[in-house]
Amino acid sequence: MIEVKSLTKIFADGDQAGVKAVNDISFTVEEGRFYTLLGPSGCGKTTTLRCIAGLEKADHGEILVAGKKVYSASDGAFVPAYRRPIGMVFQSYAIWPHLTVFENVAFPLRVGKQRFGGADIKKKVGHALEQVELSGYEERMATQLSGGQQQRLALARALVREPQVLLLDEPLSNLDAKLRERMRFELRELQRRLRITTLYVTHDQIEALSMSNVIAVMNSGVIVQEGAPREVYLQPKTKFVANFIGSTNQMTGRVSRLDGNGIGAVTTEDGEISCQVLDGLGVGSSVVVVIRPESINLLQHKPAGGANVIEGKIGAAMFLGEYLDCAVELGSHMLQTHQRYTLQVRRGDPVWVELPAAECMALPAE
Amino acid sequence: MATVAIPRAPSKGITLPRDPALLVPLAGAGILVYLAVLPLIMLVVGSFQAEVAPREFIYTLKNYQHAYASEYTYSTFANSLIFASGSAGLGFILGTMLAWLTERTNTPLRGIFVPLAVVPLILPGVLESIAWIFLLSPKFGYLNVWLQSLFGLKAAPFNVFSLPGMIWVHSVGQVPLAFLLMVAAFKSMDPSLEESAMMSGAGTWQTFRRVTLRLLMPTAGSVLLILFVRTLESFEAPALIGIPARIYVYTSEIYLAFNEYPPDYGRGGALAVGLLLLSAIGVWLYTRATKEGKKFQTVTGKAFRPRQFDLGRWRWVGFGFLTVYFLFVVLLPFLVLLWASFLPFFAAPSWDALQKLSLDNYRYLHGFRPFWDAMTNSIILATLTATIAMVLTSLVAWIVYKSRLPGAWLLDFLAFVPITIPGIVMGMALILLYVAFPVPIYGTIWVLLIAYVTRFIPYGMRAASGSILQIHSELEEAAAASGASWWETFLRVTLPLLRPGFAAGWIYICIVSFREFSTSVLLATGESRVLSILLFTMFEQGQVTVVAAIGVLMIATLLAIVGIFYKITGRIGLQN
Repeated sequence: MIEVKSLTKIFADGDQAGVKAVNDISFTVEEGRFYTLLGPSGCGKTTTLRCIAGLEKADHGEILVAGKKVYSASDGAFVPAYRRPIGMVFQSYAIWPHLTVFENVAFPLRVGKQRFGGADIKKKVGHALEQVELSGYEERMATQLSGGQQQRLALARALVREPQVLLLDEPLSNLDAKLRERMRFELRELQRRLRITTLYVTHDQIEALSMSNVIAVMNSGVIVQEGAPREVYLQPKTKFVANFIGSTNQMTGRVSRLDGNGIGAVTTEDGEISCQVLDGLGVGSSVVVVIRPESINLLQHKPAGGANVIEGKIGAAMFLGEYLDCAVELGSHMLQTHQRYTLQVRRGDPVWVELPAAECMALPAE
Repeated sequence: MATVAIPRAPSKGITLPRDPALLVPLAGAGILVYLAVLPLIMLVVGSFQAEVAPREFIYTLKNYQHAYASEYTYSTFANSLIFASGSAGLGFILGTMLAWLTERTNTPLRGIFVPLAVVPLILPGVLESIAWIFLLSPKFGYLNVWLQSLFGLKAAPFNVFSLPGMIWVHSVGQVPLAFLLMVAAFKSMDPSLEESAMMSGAGTWQTFRRVTLRLLMPTAGSVLLILFVRTLESFEAPALIGIPARIYVYTSEIYLAFNEYPPDYGRGGALAVGLLLLSAIGVWLYTRATKEGKKFQTVTGKAFRPRQFDLGRWRWVGFGFLTVYFLFVVLLPFLVLLWASFLPFFAAPSWDALQKLSLDNYRYLHGFRPFWDAMTNSIILATLTATIAMVLTSLVAWIVYKSRLPGAWLLDFLAFVPITIPGIVMGMALILLYVAFPVPIYGTIWVLLIAYVTRFIPYGMRAASGSILQIHSELEEAAAASGASWWETFLRVTLPLLRPGFAAGWIYICIVSFREFSTSVLLATGESRVLSILLFTMFEQGQVTVVAAIGVLMIATLLAIVGIFYKITGRIGLQN
């Protein structure tokens, strides 16, 4: 439904050669899917979205929306934003303050090539408002709505033309935490119900993980990893992805053994750790072993045997309600772990950490 | 689906001429160059020319010699400087006192003084001068006469026909501006900055001296500068008070050069170039000072409730000051004009005079053609100027702040240039331009229209760009993403959102155009006479009570314009 090929966007930076905000990226969003561009601010995700919307003109590459070419550097084609079959929700919602709720939603039906009659407009607007549960608010001024309602109004406006693609630019970032959680759920339900192809931009990993079919993690203008949420979270391919999504512990070392099937061992300061080794790393490669805090088991007694057990002592334990944030001192550094709150430990207690080999990943050090 | 061809990479920067995004700024730049730059070029050229509008250009320095090497050069320079700095200083002190008392202290009834402080804006400068002549003239000024009889003085205690008199009259007219700017400064000051000083152990006085005052300094500097430049450019007090008193400043010298027989355009031009330079330096310093001030800016968009100083018993002194100021400085000029307008000839209020009161002056005006012509001209000019200037500046502001086109800054600069052009210099430049150019508008109100629009473009820019900047660009992008083209977006989203700024700029330009004097004095002749010029000439001829009646009607018209404006904008929901 959306095809992006070798897209590059350069922003002029004074007299300099310019900064490549988006650097030769390619991806495809299949019909009916929820695709998320995830990355820190300045990684190029919003620029990519704006190029697809037609609000920015890219410098190289090609963009197809619903099978039609909307931008191509090679033959100079550029369909302006208002001729593209898109609906978009902006970070600020961009609700027009001089119009009522009804008029805000009716706007896309009153402009552009395809015009509608009064009865049609009424029906379509009513339907769109119903979808976002804003029926009954038609005559209010848009500015009288609360933040969450404005957000839903922006969504209704984006959907009313029945676009083929829905673009969402950090739509939840202006909401408070509780509301954000609910809207995450509602947005996903709506998208699944309408089966509308959706491109979502966010810096929030939880939004990305909870709503998407596919996540593309971006950094410095390139996509560093693309995959299903589970895959991106559990099998990060680079240190950046491991760090950006969730919290991670890192232990540096060298690959000491390869057993095939992506399994091997790494020698670290704290001993040899059996783990998954990323394809392409040979024996002797310098790597970091990453492991999630919640994957680590803490034992208060030395286990009888088993691999990947390291002795340490409790550095700090913080009760966070849902879990116990427990830092373990291992020689020169600390490991962060999440434990059940039933665990009774105090600073200085000796413990044994068990690192499940299946959840330890050896990634290239750089 | 339509596809639009865009130029390939090599021809970057050259877009299709059909693109409104390029045609509009080009047209805008053309208009601005024509309005703001061409007259200045003609002025400079004319000042080096041996005679006006000759067949060929004969270069000469004689004009500058006449203008700057005469016996009056020094006194004109000194008078201008004393007039401008005195007036700026006094206006600043009064405006700051008013602002501080009403904003930051617990002076009783301070709330009602805030709107009162702005009232003098409705009093045109010419009338301000005339009213104070009525009050402070050494021969017949009411205040002088009263004080003399009250204390048995032999000589009049005040003489308005002096440099201090000019300073007083002009600075009183400037107080509302100083007041508004200082109120804004006081309002935007984050109280936590002062509170943290107090928490660090500084007392009230130390807090005021070390924090409050320091934070205000950049603003104070820029306010002083703008008052200084505006006084330098003003011609009301120099014309009505300075010329009879033989106290000449730059603006009056230019006027006199023009009014000699035969007019000495060359010398006038040379003087105008000098005044232009002075005012340009002032404006340049002002922009630097405000930029400097931004570093100190404490505005965060949050609504503060500024800390109030408890004046204790002194608050009654503050109250007394405010009361005296409003009775004598704001109210009295209006009252004296109203009183004089009912008199057959000028006389002090007395039982005798009270019986002579009549509507004769108004009856006379009823059948007085020149008055109705001037009134018509003033109204046409004020509304047209406001409308044209706001439409033009809305487009320019959009281009400058929204289009991201290369060279947009140039438009911004061009729209700012007129602020450096004193009114009388503008008049001089337009004379030189249209006497030489084969466009037959000299002597009509259209040359005045051009002059007003040019002069007030910077005001329009400020109003328009203020609201353009408040329009989040996503509001326009959302329209594009909803399928609206450039024009549809501009008409349905941008313009409606601009309305409040447009309306505010419109009414302001309408008022300043209606009371404009210093440009009109050189350009308005015969049929193109406007109200302020009619006042001036009739006052010179000695018809002072008729002048008072014209003044009253002029103020009434201004009030009516403002009233109608608020009624209309109130109905369409532009006011918050």
